[in-house]
Amino acid sequence: MKLRFWGTRGSIPIALTAPAIRGKLITALSGAIGRGLDTPEKIAHYVDNDLSFDVRGTFGGHSSCVDLVTTGDEHVIFDLGSGARPLGQAMLDRYGPASPQTYHVFMSHVHWDHIMGFPFFAPVYIPGNRIVIHGCHDVLEAAFRRQQAAPSFPVDFSQLAATIEFDLMVPGKRQRIAGLDVTPKLQRHEGDSYGYRVEANGKCIVYSTDSEHKVDDHEERASFVEFFRDADIVVFDAMYALADAISVKADWGHSSNIVGVELCQAAGVRCLCMYHHEPAYDDERIAAVLQETRRFEEITRSGPPLQIVSAYDGLELTA
Amino acid sequence: MDLKPTHQGSATVLSPAGRIDHATADAFQGALQPHVDQCKAGHAPIVLDMHGLDYISSVGLRVLMMAARQVKTQHGRMVISGLTPLVKEVFEISRFNLVFELFEDRRAAIAALGSDG
Repeated sequence: MKLRFWGTRGSIPIALTAPAIRGKLITALSGAIGRGLDTPEKIAHYVDNDLSFDVRGTFGGHSSCVDLVTTGDEHVIFDLGSGARPLGQAMLDRYGPASPQTYHVFMSHVHWDHIMGFPFFAPVYIPGNRIVIHGCHDVLEAAFRRQQAAPSFPVDFSQLAATIEFDLMVPGKRQRIAGLDVTPKLQRHEGDSYGYRVEANGKCIVYSTDSEHKVDDHEERASFVEFFRDADIVVFDAMYALADAISVKADWGHSSNIVGVELCQAAGVRCLCMYHHEPAYDDERIAAVLQETRRFEEITRSGPPLQIVSAYDGLELTA
Repeated sequence: MDLKPTHQGSATVLSPAGRIDHATADAFQGALQPHVDQCKAGHAPIVLDMHGLDYISSVGLRVLMMAARQVKTQHGRMVISGLTPLVKEVFEISRFNLVFELFEDRRAAIAALGSDG
């Protein structure tokens, strides 16, 4: 199984600004002084090997959307934030309009930033495509229909050409979907959210975003340790610093890098993928948080190392 | 958990030691709470001398956060001293270094509290 990240930003999409790009250019060009970069090959080598990711790239600005590449014929997606637009375009580029596809979408919840990409997900406009939207909220279908109702959007849900189905899942109940064993779990978030544990061929991926963890709730902690148990990858909402998450931003429905590491260490997870980045953070800040989190894992490690990555739009992770 | 309370200068000094994690956080909170309740305007400030603390996890940090908030509403003062390098890193990564006044050691904390009246 391979995860491809199309949207990794929390709460609202953001875009790189001209001053931010200027800052990256100044840093990159300053570092190039005296290096004799007089060919495109030397420049490419310098960019690829000597510049940090936050300078040569960006974590990106699309809101939540990840697809899971499996060995099956059907596509699997988590959430339909604004990252669903480039994902849909990539699908259209690959399969064209004449080759009907089936898409299974697992929704963490139906807050705006997680559904806003759906009207821009090109496959919904292609006759013959089948899109099954799975989730545990009884308002699942209503939320998608309301988003496209006048006066909020020019194309009503009823005008979409693809066949669109809704599947209400039961938290804690494992379901076989698209060749995967999928188990949803209730999470703490305003209006509820759900994480998904996906297992296939001896591999396991957990998608757990928009989930607040009360660190003094021992029962809740134990249930998440079991939910994450021995996963190859856990995609985790690490939006805030711990001090913020348990004080001024308590009950905002998100978690921290510290809690992500603690839960993953307790659960024997192989890779923690920090996700749903704070929209106020620039690339430099997210990169710094990543380094700090790796250090925190190092100084608290009592078992095998936990790999830590920070999701970015375009990242691919193989379980 | 025995916090070994002592009175030095104008302050009450508490000395948690070992690990504060899911196994010990409740005991830490229970031991700390009576002192926090007394940490009001006009009463002795608290110095949490953590030189003997090997590790503090998120649940232990939450106990400190709740204590800090209560002390603030009571117009008292609670500071931390003597963090080991590793625990200091945990404070920095979790941003708890922005929540508390941190001092190198107990003597510096007591001196600062004394000079501040």
